[in-house]
Amino acid sequence: MSLSLDDVRRIAKLARIAVSDDEVAATQQQLNRIFGLIEEMRAVDTTGIEPMSHAQDVALRLRDDVATAANRREAFQAVAPEVDGGLYLVPKVIE
Amino acid sequence: MTVRTLKQLSDLLAAGKTSAVELAQDYLARIDALNPTLNAFITVDHAKTLAEAQAADAARAAGNAGLLTGAPIAHKDIFCAEGWKTSCGSKMLDNFISPYDSTVVEKTRAAGLVTLGRLNMDEFAMGSSNENSFYGAVKNPWDLQAVPGGSSGGSAAAVAAGLAPVATGTDTGGSIRQPAAFCGITGIKPTYGIVSRYGMIAYASSLDQGGPLAHTAEDCALLLNVMAGFDERDATSLQHDKEDYARDLNQPLAGLRVGLPREYFAEGLAADVAGAIDAAIGELKKLGAAVVEISLPNTKLAIPSYYVIAPAEASSNLSRFDGVRYGHRAAQYEGLNGMYEQTRAEGFGTEVKRRILTGSYVLSHGYYDAYYLQAQKIRRIIANDFQAAFAQCDVIAGPVAPNTAWNLGEKNADPVAMYLEDIYTLGVNLAGLPGMSVPVGFGNNGRPVGMQLIGNYFAEARMLNVAHQYQQVTDWHNKAPAL
Repeated sequence: MSLSLDDVRRIAKLARIAVSDDEVAATQQQLNRIFGLIEEMRAVDTTGIEPMSHAQDVALRLRDDVATAANRREAFQAVAPEVDGGLYLVPKVIE
Repeated sequence: MTVRTLKQLSDLLAAGKTSAVELAQDYLARIDALNPTLNAFITVDHAKTLAEAQAADAARAAGNAGLLTGAPIAHKDIFCAEGWKTSCGSKMLDNFISPYDSTVVEKTRAAGLVTLGRLNMDEFAMGSSNENSFYGAVKNPWDLQAVPGGSSGGSAAAVAAGLAPVATGTDTGGSIRQPAAFCGITGIKPTYGIVSRYGMIAYASSLDQGGPLAHTAEDCALLLNVMAGFDERDATSLQHDKEDYARDLNQPLAGLRVGLPREYFAEGLAADVAGAIDAAIGELKKLGAAVVEISLPNTKLAIPSYYVIAPAEASSNLSRFDGVRYGHRAAQYEGLNGMYEQTRAEGFGTEVKRRILTGSYVLSHGYYDAYYLQAQKIRRIIANDFQAAFAQCDVIAGPVAPNTAWNLGEKNADPVAMYLEDIYTLGVNLAGLPGMSVPVGFGNNGRPVGMQLIGNYFAEARMLNVAHQYQQVTDWHNKAPAL
């Protein structure tokens, strides 16, 4: 399998990372090296093997439905790029 | 330099022969002198450190000292610490002053350990050489031309150079064990779920695990006693009874069965590394251990499986860095998507972008079964291989890495060449097992060699026992680089 330049642009779009025209070719080459490595795995017969998503097969815990964390909005928003009146500001999305 | 262990410092503090402030000043002076050469620390703050040291001395004067109160520690810059810049080695978080403590930092603070500063690392813990840091590469204290290993390269270099007696690290595919090996110190990655991941910036959540780096196995046990424990705030924290990881240190090794995986000693292992490992296994035999040959037949498949699963999880975890709630935001952009794309293009380094793109692809429509699901099935096969091996032995021993530390810049151009160096460490993370690195000598180029010990789930105390007994009859852990 080999990724085309358009594949690279499409993945970068999905990942929300701007890739300049200068970078696309180098990125394509390195991703293809990585996928070459990954490819070895695809030929392995895994019929009947359960996928393992986690090291310990334990069920997620439930906790009582009570508030435990203190409200620290100001401290958390102090590290944000742009806030106003307790809200995070982003570029306009609706005209 | 003479190696000073955490245990020795703890004894000196208890005997009133030194104080937390005196130790903090000693170490800060050494950091000021050597860090410009080594680049092991990203952040040092004398005032903060001395305030913590004064508080520790006050606690001791008031009769409230614990075993480690007043002893210094340095943290990998991945563990959030309130009031400290927590950069994770990335431009993305260069302006991030953490508003809260990770559980690991909270626990070390509660134990009275004094923070010397924040350690350099590969960006978002992605790398095996510590060259992927926004703050520049760390140098190996044994040879300034060599990499210190990664991703906890700052942690390993700082301890090896005597800039901190102990350090925290994290290990997703070998990031505690490999730098510990390259820098000639001891480090342990515990069973997945033993050390809380709360406030530990996530790379690949099903593999990430925090642990200690130190000179000795005994120090690792003392620090692991502080770091480990069930945490409500980490969904994958294990509800496991509190253990004393130092309890078995002095047990004899007679009757111990050490498994040697033939795949770890096959083609690809450098002869000088193999020689040092063989000699170390010889010492274990003298201590009464029996050696059995075992097989981990799918060792090679750990590389492709890991390099699908870890990037997949990373692409999801790192989606939080979007320029909205914390960290870098681009100055120039058009629209919301433009803001995301420009922010992430500027904030992430090359290797991080590569792994995010790899992960985005393997999780994308039409490829999920072929890559991600297949990698998870191979993960199961690898975990099963380890369980079959543990029917024949108590611990597994082998190399941490095929070679000693390589030269700075040597493997930068080809990410795949660097990935292949992780062959002996990745399987442990995929299976969730504990693994450690113990210094066992030096290669032909004078760079350290580490022996890996792998245990079954929750076998940390036994592994530390094996390493400690080995360190009673050898002195590699007491060697210090000339700086």
